[in-house]
Amino acid sequence: MTPAGTMAAPAWVDRTPRSVQLWRATLNKIVLGACILAAGLVVLPLVLIVGYLIANGFAGLNLAFFTHMPKPVGEAGGGMANAIVGTLLVVGVAAAMALPLGIAAGVYLAEYGRGRFASLVRYTTDVLSGVPSIVVGVVAYGLVVIPMGRFSGFAGSVALTILMLPPIIRATEEMVRLVPQSYRQAALALGAPRWKTTQQIVLPAARAGIVTASMLAVARAAGETAPLLFTALGNRFWSLSMDQPIATLPVFIYDYARAPYTDWNRQAWTGALVLVLLVTLISLVLRLTVRRVRDR
Amino acid sequence: MRRPLPPRRRGPTIDGVYRLVLASAAGVVFLIVALIAVEVAHGAMPSIRTLGFGFLTQTQWDPVADHYGALPYLYGTLVSSLLALIIAVPLGLGSAVFLAELAKGKVAATISFVMELLAAIPSIVYGIWGFFVLAPFLRTVLEPWLISNFGYLPLFRGTPFGIGMLNAGIVLAIMIVPTIVSISREVLLAIPRTLREGSLALGATRAEAIGITLDAAKPGILGSVVLALGRALGETMAVTMVIGNTNRISASLLDPSATMASVIANEFTEATGALYLSALIQIALVLFAVTIVVNALARSLVWLTTGGRRDIAAAT
Repeated sequence: MTPAGTMAAPAWVDRTPRSVQLWRATLNKIVLGACILAAGLVVLPLVLIVGYLIANGFAGLNLAFFTHMPKPVGEAGGGMANAIVGTLLVVGVAAAMALPLGIAAGVYLAEYGRGRFASLVRYTTDVLSGVPSIVVGVVAYGLVVIPMGRFSGFAGSVALTILMLPPIIRATEEMVRLVPQSYRQAALALGAPRWKTTQQIVLPAARAGIVTASMLAVARAAGETAPLLFTALGNRFWSLSMDQPIATLPVFIYDYARAPYTDWNRQAWTGALVLVLLVTLISLVLRLTVRRVRDR
Repeated sequence: MRRPLPPRRRGPTIDGVYRLVLASAAGVVFLIVALIAVEVAHGAMPSIRTLGFGFLTQTQWDPVADHYGALPYLYGTLVSSLLALIIAVPLGLGSAVFLAELAKGKVAATISFVMELLAAIPSIVYGIWGFFVLAPFLRTVLEPWLISNFGYLPLFRGTPFGIGMLNAGIVLAIMIVPTIVSISREVLLAIPRTLREGSLALGATRAEAIGITLDAAKPGILGSVVLALGRALGETMAVTMVIGNTNRISASLLDPSATMASVIANEFTEATGALYLSALIQIALVLFAVTIVVNALARSLVWLTTGGRRDIAAAT
């Protein structure tokens, strides 16, 4: 019983002591502040990396860098023409192998992928995407370099193909799945066989997405160094033959950065800037063209 | 009168052939993974036969005496990756919470874009930056400071070299933050809004509501961390450039070290003896096995929290 003149506080009144409330409010501010701080700190490395990349690499960025061959130690100037062409060649051949294979596998998973075989393929795709690129390099060495008897651009392409496959497959499956079911039903109802439905109705509808995502995978692979170290190896001379060691931009950057000559180190920075531009430019240009194709 | 349907065609149809072609492309992927496993195991055989289990427990790596023990590399890989996680997990998790719960519109879009860019930078570029920018900073500023203030800890004893375990840990942390942020954020967004709204309605502060959401997202977040660990374990070029490639086990984070991936990158083309090469391939085998286990674990964790949305687990 409550004494006369006083009233029991209703059950819903907050009876937590003032100090606890204050502590909770303070903790709230600390936690939210920490989250904001973390987000700010996470942006910092990109600013620092891009900043130093431009500061150290921009000065060496001229036409000669793209058109001249590397000079011997001690001679100033020179470029990385052979490495730039080599990278385009090795990555191009890899893409020519990975794109048809990856897109076909992705379409299979999206259109026929309900059985146990498809789950197995999906799982192995995930496994493959987790394999370190250096291990892929070791495998390409055993599969191509040893039987051929020498390092070669083709061995590098094989390594890059393996690295490109998982993202291409995943993206294709995802994009093909996004095509509305009614498209397929309409085509089949008109009497088109399944293969024609897939090939002429579903794939064109998914094309923009597949192209963008695949090219991102290709661009990503263009920056890989580790799998090329003991497959494509490197070459200081002009060479376009894929069955010989070939110069690539990432390996060139690695060699020039480790070298004890400041001039080479400077060129390594320029090479890194070019590599980043190449990788981001490919994806940017692709996004724009794809958008234009889609709008038409 | 109903006409009978035309008889079904026998033999291979175009549809059947089309499907077979696609299926064989899918089969090639399976074949490639099998081929990797077989190739690496086969190449490692001579080393496994000669060195046995001692390979993983011995510390001497002596190509001249043709004796190989990989323990320092196992140690270097493990410690550099753990150091990276210690730095990257709080930052990544905080940013993920910020993106999923606090930020709106342009700010969130900008940070997500930055994460995409960070993930797209080739690892050799991180290596150059770590070698030419971070190393001098560590050598002249951070490491002397650590030595004079925390030198009593074995972790911070020694000479400030600039390159070494600490540098590798920091560079790796920068490289794996995007993985943690993008996946944790997706996982947080997959948690039903009602949980947040319910806790706020019961009088929780925003931080407490976030805590409850985080609790529900725990397996998925753990999955993103394990996935990031998988990336760190296998990262090669950046680490090779900044870790110093010294074959020894040292308690100090300031000392140079080496990882499994970095020793392969450094010595593979120079490996002359058959056993030497095989020992390096055996390291690749160990790395392959470890990353498979780590990735399988990570993907099932993410899968558990997001109810099988494969696209999230795949978004690395």
